[in-house]
Amino acid sequence: MLLIACPWCGPREEIEFRYGGEGHIARPADAMNVSDAAYAQYLFMRRNPKGWHYERWNHAAGCRRWFNALRHTVTHEIAAAYKPGDKRPEPPR
Amino acid sequence: MTAGGFRLPTGGRIDRTKPLGFLFDGATYGGYQGDTLASALLANGVRLVGRSFKYHRPRGVMAAGAEEPNALVQLRTGARSEPNVRATQAELYDGLVAESQNCWPSLGFDVGQANDLVSRLLPSGFYYKTFMWPPGFWHFYEWFIRRAAGMGRAAEAPDPDRYDHRFAHCDVLVVGAGPAGLAAASVAARAGARVILCDEQAELGGSLLHETRTLGGRTAADWAADAIDTMRWMPEATLLPRTTAFGYYDRNAVALCERVADHVAAPKPGQPRQRVWQVRAKRVVLAAGAIERPLVFADNDRPGVMLAGAARAYLNRYAVACGRRAVVLTNNDTAYLAAIELAAAGVDVAAIVDIRPESAGAADAARARGLRVAAGQAITAVHGGAGGVSGVDIARLADDGQSAVLDRETVKCDLVLNSGGWTPTVHLFSQSGGKLAYDEALGAFVPSKSAQSLRCAGACNGAATLAQSLEQGYAAGAEAARDCGFAAEIPALPALEPEPEAAPARHLWVVPSSRPVGQGPKHFVDHQNDVTAADLRLAAREGYRSVEHLKRYTTAGMGTDQGKTSNLAALAILAEATGAAIPAVGTTTFRPPYTPVAMGALAGRVKGALLDPARWTPLHRWHVRAGAVFENVGQWQRARYYPLAGEDMHAAVERETKAARTTVGIFDASTLGKIDVKGPDAGRFLDLVYSNSFSKLGVGRCRYGLMLREDGYVFDDGVTVRLGEHHYLMHTTTGGAAPVLSWLEDLLQMEWTELKVRLTSVTEQFAVVTLSGPFARRLLAELAQDIDLDPKAFPFMSWRAGTVAGIPARVLRVSFTGDLSFEIQVRASYGLALWHACMAAGEKYGVVPYGLEAMHILRAEKGYIVVGHETDGTTSPHDLGMSALVADAKPDFIGKRGLKRADALRPGRKQLVGLRLAEGERHPLPEGAQLVDDPNQPIPMAMVGHVSSSYWSPNVGAPIALALVKDGRARMGQTVHAPLVDRTVAATVVSPCFFDPEGVRLHG
Repeated sequence: MLLIACPWCGPREEIEFRYGGEGHIARPADAMNVSDAAYAQYLFMRRNPKGWHYERWNHAAGCRRWFNALRHTVTHEIAAAYKPGDKRPEPPR
Repeated sequence: MTAGGFRLPTGGRIDRTKPLGFLFDGATYGGYQGDTLASALLANGVRLVGRSFKYHRPRGVMAAGAEEPNALVQLRTGARSEPNVRATQAELYDGLVAESQNCWPSLGFDVGQANDLVSRLLPSGFYYKTFMWPPGFWHFYEWFIRRAAGMGRAAEAPDPDRYDHRFAHCDVLVVGAGPAGLAAASVAARAGARVILCDEQAELGGSLLHETRTLGGRTAADWAADAIDTMRWMPEATLLPRTTAFGYYDRNAVALCERVADHVAAPKPGQPRQRVWQVRAKRVVLAAGAIERPLVFADNDRPGVMLAGAARAYLNRYAVACGRRAVVLTNNDTAYLAAIELAAAGVDVAAIVDIRPESAGAADAARARGLRVAAGQAITAVHGGAGGVSGVDIARLADDGQSAVLDRETVKCDLVLNSGGWTPTVHLFSQSGGKLAYDEALGAFVPSKSAQSLRCAGACNGAATLAQSLEQGYAAGAEAARDCGFAAEIPALPALEPEPEAAPARHLWVVPSSRPVGQGPKHFVDHQNDVTAADLRLAAREGYRSVEHLKRYTTAGMGTDQGKTSNLAALAILAEATGAAIPAVGTTTFRPPYTPVAMGALAGRVKGALLDPARWTPLHRWHVRAGAVFENVGQWQRARYYPLAGEDMHAAVERETKAARTTVGIFDASTLGKIDVKGPDAGRFLDLVYSNSFSKLGVGRCRYGLMLREDGYVFDDGVTVRLGEHHYLMHTTTGGAAPVLSWLEDLLQMEWTELKVRLTSVTEQFAVVTLSGPFARRLLAELAQDIDLDPKAFPFMSWRAGTVAGIPARVLRVSFTGDLSFEIQVRASYGLALWHACMAAGEKYGVVPYGLEAMHILRAEKGYIVVGHETDGTTSPHDLGMSALVADAKPDFIGKRGLKRADALRPGRKQLVGLRLAEGERHPLPEGAQLVDDPNQPIPMAMVGHVSSSYWSPNVGAPIALALVKDGRARMGQTVHAPLVDRTVAATVVSPCFFDPEGVRLHG
């Protein structure tokens, strides 16, 4: 049971949230001129790391807002939860 | 002691003014308020309480708490019957009914005990070895094994009781209310912290409830009562007796199970039986205590062989002497206390057999009281049977501890106490992710490195004395409170009687008997699963090195007790046999729950009708009264068809489907998803999320749109209405309402943050009544005088505001049936009134309500798709023949690039077509049927497509089907085949529109 600090509501139980996959994946601006291989990278390929992971969360049973978080996939520690558009934080050492 | 009984005339914490009667295996016994079932059985001299799992050996009570491996009973009868209840934790109440388990036909005479005689055929891993041959015979063996190896029976009737769930937040959660826990909780509570203190027992106090030493001049129990009373009056302290912390999860989330009404026959009206707490604590103090380890010696499982500490608890807390003549076997000092106290209570302590050659202080104290101490000796045999213990053989241990053959003598006794030392209860600490370290002196694993914000205190942290426990408890409680911002004072320790310096224990993991281990008597390690020292050594010889593999192979540490008394000995024996050090072998993983938790408690109230919300449309009550048959669509309950008297589904659907094309049908379309889209960028936003264009749609007009995913495949579809310059109403599929809203919010919040658009779900705010059929306009005209319904003034794919039956309404001229249709949207609360008005005015037009089934047929007759039927997440607009809805001229929309991927452009993609069957065929193809070109080809056949929707069409008068067929649009008129289980059906590829292909009715 994670305790997730929604950037708008504060710490809330994990059951209020929905996971939204890897974060900071930019939608190609000029997609029509991107190769199939590069577009497939954007569409399908995700990092799935063991360790720190930038990811998207939605406070689905709360304020319904989306935000980004930096979570450790082994310890489940959440180093940061921040608003969209905020600078991405560095992983803790 | 009373004659025939084992209850002492005075003492204990039982209430002698409240005698209770209970039934065990059909016999009546008496006990007192404050007894457990185990203490009451022992007081009545009942030694045999169950049979073991594998060998059906007679077993008695071994422990006094959660660790009990043997005394598992079937508690209560009927719907409240519960298997595997530890008699040591079942509180006695008047009229309690319990039965022993694992025995047939009776506890005293058990057929399965023959297993004991053939035990050489049941070595470790016997499941894997014996029953795997001959191949295929497992099912034959399994029938017998399942009957022989039961662990109690589940109740056959539904549980009549209620279980609650509750969330709680606190500063400090303290688990365990023994000396360390009470100390920690009282310090933190006094500092002002919000404290929750839980303990699995009925009475808070833990070991203080059977402690004979004094604290600050008072009895230990009085000291505990004082600490508890002080906290009881603090508003921020919550005391939870009968509450087991069973799971430790991330971020100090701890699950507790409170047994609210397990100590009575049945809960009071309105009272839950149990309550699961999900506690989120800023800090946790674990003060879970320690569990005494039995020694592994010959025939150590006979009824009457017990843990020394348990005998102390029965004596001091329940005033029960567990026997009349006792022999104590020990490897440490703590068992001496049991011997001395039992002797003082009048039990004849025949000998204290200490496997240590030297034992200074404790032995001297015992000798001073006239007790015999047999140092450097061992029990090599326990005599007796189902009736209990009759005596033991003791002999001198060889110096290396590997044999004991010298100076053998037999000592008569009816009670054998033993102690192998104390294992800290590290279950929750380990569940929390904490790392353990092996403590050589304790011979046990202790908490080392925490992974969460917690502290361990007392015996679970390796504390060996009362003073250490109190000291650690005070410190942990104060530090936890300080972490939460409270100024906590550490009080002075109460004055304690001096405890003699304990001599070191001798860790002899298998106590030898007169014959080699594995021959003759059994040395039980795991009593619940009947795993012996010989089994573990065999597994080691067979090459098992990992303790996790050992557990699975031998079943050591499995079962309802999860090896609370046996895990350490098992891994120590493995270490010895493999020549590894104990820390290198390590422990198996501790997983929740600490003790078994009822499924009902985990489910709470989330069952039956409360399992998932049922969504009803505003017209639901009318459908019910009309006798509709319902169908669940997600959480929605939708009317499937409305059978008249004598009609089956087929007849009702036939009638409804025809009426919607010959007179007028009325349909409840309220479940369709509705999203209000507002803002200056609403049009631009819709252009981005739909493949076609909406920004140029005129106010007052409607347009069908396809919503794609980035990969170009269809995600949702529906009609969007332009209500105003900056205001649209989007319709989604019924199932798509929530996912579409989430997806659109995601895009607005994360991707296109510059767009000024607000989305609001209005699905449930409006009731939607559809009138469809040739008389739809005439029926509507009766009710909507202020709307010009002339086709020129109100063309197809437009909408008008007005009043219908006096109700403010929005009327859409859209159609999902292909016939003239009007969709009337009114506020949900007016829905029923609108429906009634339509039914009354429609009587003369022959209005017929039609359900979901007829709707599906009507749309399939027109070849209209349903997302999820005709699409499967790999279907593009082009595949559906809807290329006209892909506005490639737009600079961007979701899915635009995806549609240009090589895979989306390749030839041979499946395309939407219709299928017609041979003339006279009455049976529709099954949905999902695969299609092939040559039905006579060998299996596996090359499949060219599949049937996506298939019905008997009343209006066409033939079966119709929609299908996705490779290059289908180029194959019109060709034949494909559906090979079914019992026949092969030929079908002709045709246009997906079977009815009124020119659309005359639609535009009429």
